[in-house]
Amino acid sequence: MKRIIVFRIVSNTALGSNYTLMKLTPEDNAELPDTCPGQFVQIYVPDSKSTYLRRPISINFVDKKSNQLWLLIRNAGDGTAALMRMKAEERLNIIMPLGNGFTLPSDGERKLLLVGGGVGVAPLYALGHKLVDGGYRPVFLLGARSESDLLMLDEFKALGDVMICTDDGSVGHHGVVTTHEVMNGTFDRIYCCGPMPMMKAVANMVRNSGAECEVSLENTMACGVGACLCCVEPTVKGNVCVCTEGPVFNINQLTW
Amino acid sequence: MVNLNVNIGNLSLKNPVLTASGTFGYGPEFADFIDLNRLGGFIVKGTTLEPRQGNPYPRMVETPSGMINAVGLQNKGVDYFIEHIYPQIKDVDSQIIVNVSGAGVDDYVEVCRRLQQHTNIKAVEVNISCPNVKQGGMAFGTTCEGAASVTRAVRKAFEGTVLVKLSPNVTDIAEIARAVEAEGADSVSLINTVMAMAIDVERRKPYLSTVTGGLSGAAVRPIAVRMVWQVAKAVKIPVIGLGGIMNGRDALEFILAGATAVEIGTANFINPAVTVEVIDYIEDYCTRHGVDNVNSLIGALDY
Repeated sequence: MKRIIVFRIVSNTALGSNYTLMKLTPEDNAELPDTCPGQFVQIYVPDSKSTYLRRPISINFVDKKSNQLWLLIRNAGDGTAALMRMKAEERLNIIMPLGNGFTLPSDGERKLLLVGGGVGVAPLYALGHKLVDGGYRPVFLLGARSESDLLMLDEFKALGDVMICTDDGSVGHHGVVTTHEVMNGTFDRIYCCGPMPMMKAVANMVRNSGAECEVSLENTMACGVGACLCCVEPTVKGNVCVCTEGPVFNINQLTW
Repeated sequence: MVNLNVNIGNLSLKNPVLTASGTFGYGPEFADFIDLNRLGGFIVKGTTLEPRQGNPYPRMVETPSGMINAVGLQNKGVDYFIEHIYPQIKDVDSQIIVNVSGAGVDDYVEVCRRLQQHTNIKAVEVNISCPNVKQGGMAFGTTCEGAASVTRAVRKAFEGTVLVKLSPNVTDIAEIARAVEAEGADSVSLINTVMAMAIDVERRKPYLSTVTGGLSGAAVRPIAVRMVWQVAKAVKIPVIGLGGIMNGRDALEFILAGATAVEIGTANFINPAVTVEVIDYIEDYCTRHGVDNVNSLIGALDY
């Protein structure tokens, strides 16, 4: 069930100059609703005159033990910049959980590749945790513009094997994720979240490899609950709302 | 106890708060957030005779205190609505109003005729003001003759309450309102979105696939209040006011300007529980002002 929850910010830590990791807990200490990796939340931005609509942000992680919701926020405009400026103890009104998460591996699927680009690594952290809890050892391929845009590396390394690509070659493989040698390997299931060109490139590369591949879209949306029909993506079933039918789609559903 | 009941023609609303078409889905989308039974009524997504895919993405851009959309009446058509959606909502203790759109007069008539068969659909809102479709839509709503022709045909085809939703993209909205009143409309609702445009200057491209779209949200509210005020003075039928209502205070602006009921639209996207908050606010306001019947506030502007 979707809920409107007022959260208290526990911490909002800068990760370089363009990102923060925000940790929040419900103001009334009520237990967080169940979520799946890949779902998202809609945040009301209280302190930005130029921001009218809520901002959809991927769930980075839900820590059941501390009852905390984690969000990775990238400075993508006035709304997210206002969120990045927020301090511990401030309150945020959030609707969650929204959308559908990633499909967990079915029996026999063992080789799992998680491909993240930039802030798109956010939901892969929750997913990685879930996979590790299920006894899998996922491989992460994380790409970014530069070393300073690689987020939560230590956390990912605690979950599985991590390969790194940077566009400028400042660390790891010099080039985009599809040029990394790990992409030539055989996988049962590939999960991908990042900029649209990256996801399309990955999808086109693995389409006939036999691997199931899911991507997470971030089309511009207003409501987040399937009412406004603004965030549509063309699919084999016609235009569907990314907020309710996605944001995670199997690439076979898309018209890429 | 405040009496919040208002009447739109023969349609009795338990309170003056409705949801605006295209902003509330079919209702169940919001059932996690509010008790749908509390609404005065809910106006479901614009429905056409045939299914429509709508316009290509991108369809929406956020603008100062508002948003421009160009959805283009994406919907699965009236038969799908009747078969799959209507059964889910027919027993909600509220009024279902179906927003009807079409490319030609015959389309409106046929959709209304099919809806007519279902007893819990006591009202339709005739959309002659959608700015995002190539045929029909706003083309009917910007001339008195066009507005009158659709209203006349729907009036003949549908026995229930007929609301006609007006476009603000005209020189004299009161004139259009009088034209549809003369053809037997039970009510006019206004305003639909204001035609608008926004440009991404770095890319030198329009933000919307359709270049132009319809502006909604708080940004349009003062225009909407003015138009409701003008129309309420020009017609005898009840006026339903909408356009950028974000809270109860905003709703009362419309009621004082002459609206019998209000529709909440874009605000649903930001606060999915806004409708019940508006209902509660109106009741509190009445109590605070010693008003025992909300009808006495309609057009009660002191000037």
